[in-house]
Amino acid sequence: MKYSYYPGCTLRTKAKDLDDYARASARVLGFELEEVEDWQCCGGVYPLGTDEIATKLSSVRALNAAKEKNQELVTICSACHHVIKRVNDDMKNVEDICTRANNYMELDTPYKGETKVLHYLEVLRDRVGFDELKKKVVNPLKGKKIGAYYGCLLLRPGKLLEFDNPENPKIMEDFIRAIGAEPVIYPYRNECCGGYISLKEKDMAKSMCDKITESAEGFGADMLITACPLCMYNLNKSSAKKIPVYYFTELLAEALGVKEVQAS
Amino acid sequence: MQRIGVFVCHCGSNIAATVDVSKVAEMALMEPGVVHAEDYQYMCSEAGQAKIADAIHEKKLTGIVVCSCSPRMHEATFRKAAERAGLNPYMVEIANIREHCSWIHKDMEEATKKAVILMRAAVAKVNLNTPLQPGESRVTKRALIIGGGIAGIQTALDIADAGYEVDIVEKTPSIGGRMSQLDKTFPTLDCSACILTPKMVEASAHEKIKIYTYSEVENVSGFVGDFTVDIRKKARSVDMDKCTGCGVCQEKCPSKKAPSEFNRGLNNRSAIYTPFAQAIPNVPVIDREACIKFKTGKCGICSKVCQAGAIDYEQKDEIITEKYGAIVVATGFDTINLDKYDEYAYSQSKDVITSLELERVMNAAGPTHGHLERLSDGKAPKEMVFIQCVGSRCSDDRGKPYCSKICCMYTAKHAMLIRDKYPDVNVTVFYIDVRTPGKNFDEFYRRAVEQYGVNYIKGQVGKVIPQPNGKLLVQGSDLLDNRQILKEADMVVLATAIEPNPDVRKIATMLTASIDTNNFLTEAHAKLRPVESPTAGIFLSGVCQGPKDIPETVAQAGAAAVKAIGLLAKDKLMTNPCTAHSDELLCNGCSTCENVCPYGAITYEDKEVNDHGIREVRRLAVVNSALCQGCGACTVACPSGAMDLQGFSNRQIIAEVDAICR
Repeated sequence: MKYSYYPGCTLRTKAKDLDDYARASARVLGFELEEVEDWQCCGGVYPLGTDEIATKLSSVRALNAAKEKNQELVTICSACHHVIKRVNDDMKNVEDICTRANNYMELDTPYKGETKVLHYLEVLRDRVGFDELKKKVVNPLKGKKIGAYYGCLLLRPGKLLEFDNPENPKIMEDFIRAIGAEPVIYPYRNECCGGYISLKEKDMAKSMCDKITESAEGFGADMLITACPLCMYNLNKSSAKKIPVYYFTELLAEALGVKEVQAS
Repeated sequence: MQRIGVFVCHCGSNIAATVDVSKVAEMALMEPGVVHAEDYQYMCSEAGQAKIADAIHEKKLTGIVVCSCSPRMHEATFRKAAERAGLNPYMVEIANIREHCSWIHKDMEEATKKAVILMRAAVAKVNLNTPLQPGESRVTKRALIIGGGIAGIQTALDIADAGYEVDIVEKTPSIGGRMSQLDKTFPTLDCSACILTPKMVEASAHEKIKIYTYSEVENVSGFVGDFTVDIRKKARSVDMDKCTGCGVCQEKCPSKKAPSEFNRGLNNRSAIYTPFAQAIPNVPVIDREACIKFKTGKCGICSKVCQAGAIDYEQKDEIITEKYGAIVVATGFDTINLDKYDEYAYSQSKDVITSLELERVMNAAGPTHGHLERLSDGKAPKEMVFIQCVGSRCSDDRGKPYCSKICCMYTAKHAMLIRDKYPDVNVTVFYIDVRTPGKNFDEFYRRAVEQYGVNYIKGQVGKVIPQPNGKLLVQGSDLLDNRQILKEADMVVLATAIEPNPDVRKIATMLTASIDTNNFLTEAHAKLRPVESPTAGIFLSGVCQGPKDIPETVAQAGAAAVKAIGLLAKDKLMTNPCTAHSDELLCNGCSTCENVCPYGAITYEDKEVNDHGIREVRRLAVVNSALCQGCGACTVACPSGAMDLQGFSNRQIIAEVDAICR
């Protein structure tokens, strides 16, 4: 199975691990991530302004590129996923945005939201299947108690992202079980880390991140996993607790036995 | 040619302020057949009706058009007035120039123009009206009550006391319903069981009342006055005549892992069980899903210990068929499923419970024997938080758009009872609004606040956060103080929205009773006929019609009983003559009408016809005029134009359309 793949800027710089481990694991799991040519920054949260068109075009280009290849578009970074999925929804359902974006794009066939956007975790759940993933695990992470940290961008708005139940998600817990570890359920796993507020109001970001890490540790988590580079940054930099935080793809690669191969 | 009189009503200023009524009357005189026209301030008043009667006599009128309010309001009034004056009531037509015209328009000229057009259409129809005679049908003097909660019991008692036979069909093994699960009742705080169980006993002992528990309505046919109902008596596996209700079987039953429905799953019951100690009948049932004998073939302990030899593993479901004149729906409610409200951690924490579960916790016969304790660890709580409107007044599709009506009062009740019995427990209530209209209701709520020191916070809760130490952190807002609140609690109680019993859809379909988007049964008129379904002979009792508390339910139950008695007291019913009939020479036997008829009134028969000298047997549609409600669906669907509706014939409808388009 071949997917169009949109890595995003952070996965090229700060979050290179997130990207590398994802690709290495994909090879073992039997699907291919074909990077979208000439992709550009999704714009972070910026394109969500409803009157903004220019900043949505990056997403539209990536989406249209996938459409032309008749492939589903896979993302990993929570923010990129959120932005691209929402822009895609706008292209499908908001006539004004669709028309104006297509006026800029000047495509032979206008893009109208045809591409399906999948998060890497959704590929694992809905395309590979967690049972299949479990069979491919050679190095189960036995005894590890892992707290899934979802953050907010993957889950909300729930009706649009259609990722999981925003108040009581389970996809990451199922993932943790599939790689042989034990999920730790704690109530702050779907709360916001503060996002960009850490640049401006460090105290607020700290209090938000402390709640998350304290709650996770309190319920017995040894480590956290995330899909989001910004969450990773905040949990590492802002929180007083030093609970280790990993990208979910790193543990995936470890369980599949391709972590070292990739690193060398 | 008809001699038609047109009467234009001002309805005070309701019509006259927007429609030039004298102009409408003036224009009427130019219509074919119209020999008299006048306008008057209140046509429905005695003086107004006298004007109509006088005109009928003086002008020898054969048809009447009243330009007034909706026919739903006063068609019957004017038909009766015409009948008293010697005219066939079906020669009266209403042109609705209020709801369809004056109330929805502002411009007088435009509205007058439209009123004239509506008048013309009615005149065109009356020109083709013919006198119609209603038929007669018999009344079976017995009522069926579906649901054996307080609503059903009260309706049954009231009908039975009037001297009519009543059968109650109850799905669960005992009558009693939700009220039997409640601990205390507001606003008097009397014990629910103490006031309910005497009524249960009275119903079961009443010579006119027959109770079918563990039974369901399977099929309904017939019509007002003459319903035929199939009732499925589910296999109880216990012989009701032999069982003495000693309870030994329940004690000795080795399978004790089935969740107790009566205690909302908070503890378990045996496989052979009565839902609660005061159950009526006091005869257990075997839950075959949980019974070891039924699952493995081995066991049979209940049979061995039963001195009366009442256990019968071979018993089968039984269908009984009965005739009824009236049917009362009293199917009640349940709390909504909280799957979509995970922010309150209901599925994550045992110490987050619904208010109905709290009733069981507070009840001496409940899972904790009436001790207020946390269900996770049995510890006594010190801080309790109540969250109002969980799933009620909800603007998205997670919950219900309506107010569940009972929650503000029972939450005040819970808060007060807890503060009274456990004064060291702090109670906080988060609310959107406190709604306590009702006799002695607001006083009750004030007592909770002022005498019992319950802490009411105006604001909603965003999240209930289970803590590693077992406590719950409640994150909410205080809108009056404009601040965020993080409050630690030992228990959280959710005032969960109520919804009609899920079975009501199935029952409504069988009864052809209409139902709204929230699955509440629709009343015939929201204000003037609140306990009758639009389907004749079907009455509504209790929460199946809309959220209500016990006093309101009992009042409505009595009202439904009176309406049912009013029907049963009649020996014969006049049937609506506006029914469909099929032209045998045009009918081609295609079955289209049979398929669209919502009342099952159309059947097909092989009949000999004489078609222009050709005698042959054809398959033809036959309308049972007792079942036909005159909806007209068949007349529209019939491809050959054979179906026609008396009083609303195809010719009449076309004449109306022509008049409007003229």
